[in-house]
Amino acid sequence: MRLVEHVMGTAVSFDVRGREPDDPVAVRALADAVSFLHEVDAMFSTYRPGSAVSLLDRGEITPAECPPEVTEILELCAEASRLSGGYFTARPGGRLDPSAVVKGWAVERASRILRSAGLHDHCVNGGGDIQTSGSPAPGRPWRVGVAHPLRPGALAVVVCAGPGVSAVATSGTAERGPHILDPHTGRPATGLASITLAGESLTVADACATAAFAMGDAAREWVEGLPGLDAFAVTATGATWRTPGFPAAPPVLSPASPPVSSPALSTGPSGVGARGPGRC
Amino acid sequence: MRRAVLAVMVTAIGLVLLLSFKPHQITATTDRPALVAQGDDPPTRNDQGDTRGTGDTRGTGDADDSGGASPGGSTGGSSSGSGRNGGSATLSSGSWTGGGATAGARTGDRAVTGGVADTVYGPVQVQILLSGRKVTGIAVLRAPDRSRRDLAINDEALPLLNQEALSAQSAQIDTVSGATYTSEGYLASLQSALDKAHV
Repeated sequence: MRLVEHVMGTAVSFDVRGREPDDPVAVRALADAVSFLHEVDAMFSTYRPGSAVSLLDRGEITPAECPPEVTEILELCAEASRLSGGYFTARPGGRLDPSAVVKGWAVERASRILRSAGLHDHCVNGGGDIQTSGSPAPGRPWRVGVAHPLRPGALAVVVCAGPGVSAVATSGTAERGPHILDPHTGRPATGLASITLAGESLTVADACATAAFAMGDAAREWVEGLPGLDAFAVTATGATWRTPGFPAAPPVLSPASPPVSSPALSTGPSGVGARGPGRC
Repeated sequence: MRRAVLAVMVTAIGLVLLLSFKPHQITATTDRPALVAQGDDPPTRNDQGDTRGTGDTRGTGDADDSGGASPGGSTGGSSSGSGRNGGSATLSSGSWTGGGATAGARTGDRAVTGGVADTVYGPVQVQILLSGRKVTGIAVLRAPDRSRRDLAINDEALPLLNQEALSAQSAQIDTVSGATYTSEGYLASLQSALDKAHV
């Protein structure tokens, strides 16, 4: 079953597999996840003067008076800033704005809410940042297309989910303009058209994607040094690069034609080759 | 609902070629863009109007209201009129990427049109073609081509893009990652088309 919720300034798409559309457990879990996202929105919105983040920014409350979620996010921001050598900042342009961490974190949490309710096979896509769980169909991993930043409607690469790869986050300028600043120069980062990070946790992947975008091509070496994360980038001129472990799916050669049955593989059901959820 | 332009972009030859085309205005709302086959024949497929209409729902209107179909948008959605306008032979290389266009002739296939949204580069609209639950083709109905920045990007990027870009048809994807879209931008996204189609 599917659900699209407009929240946090974007659209969050839920795709739950293996359940009927009116499955009461699924309906309830989705409602819980959606209301969580709205709570997060209310807490972290920089557009709402009464949000905890706005109050904190104006010094009207102390960090100790904030909800625990805010404290958690601020710690994540500090960690991302440390990890990226200052390329990630919770104060882009001066004002407190942890948005770059909040969305990935919230989507990962929403995914966890679904999983706690027993919805093992699902995918949550928050404005282009994705947390997957389980698989879309027996024996098949989630396949995540990465939108090509310079060619609307085309894909630059396809990520194959698997062990250690359940989160995909992309940072870029195609949708909202050059809004990511290089904190070291104060100018918009323009070296890359987009960068995609794949890993296990969307919280981590999303925060690192923002920092990596600000770094430009230097992000390649940086991400290679980050355990459990890999990157794929399209540069401003349309060239691409990827880190060695990037989980790109092999190209599908001829989807229109029926699969060629190999005699070696058709000898019995126990034959190796076509089995296993890790096959893309 | 009054849509200024729906035109077909020739993805196979990249955005650069678009720049040499004159904007082509189609104002009739019933006049859907021709879907051009991947092969040599460029037949229009207006006989699919019923199924394509299903996906072409509120979202489009919302986006139009928000400015997607502004006068600027109509020129921004520049493209060839494809087969109908006597396009050159190269046009037949496909507004639908992949072989899905031929599948489009079969019954049971349907096309789902995303809404129009303004990106920083201009209005964008995509349409996907489905055969059952499988994405078999994708068409870019509108793509930006006007800004100087696009010109520079396209000139430099074309050779690389031709090698690197994949069509959604061959990709068999479940979901799409990309630079964060706004709530309005979602309407034009591939993800929106996938959600609508319940693939």
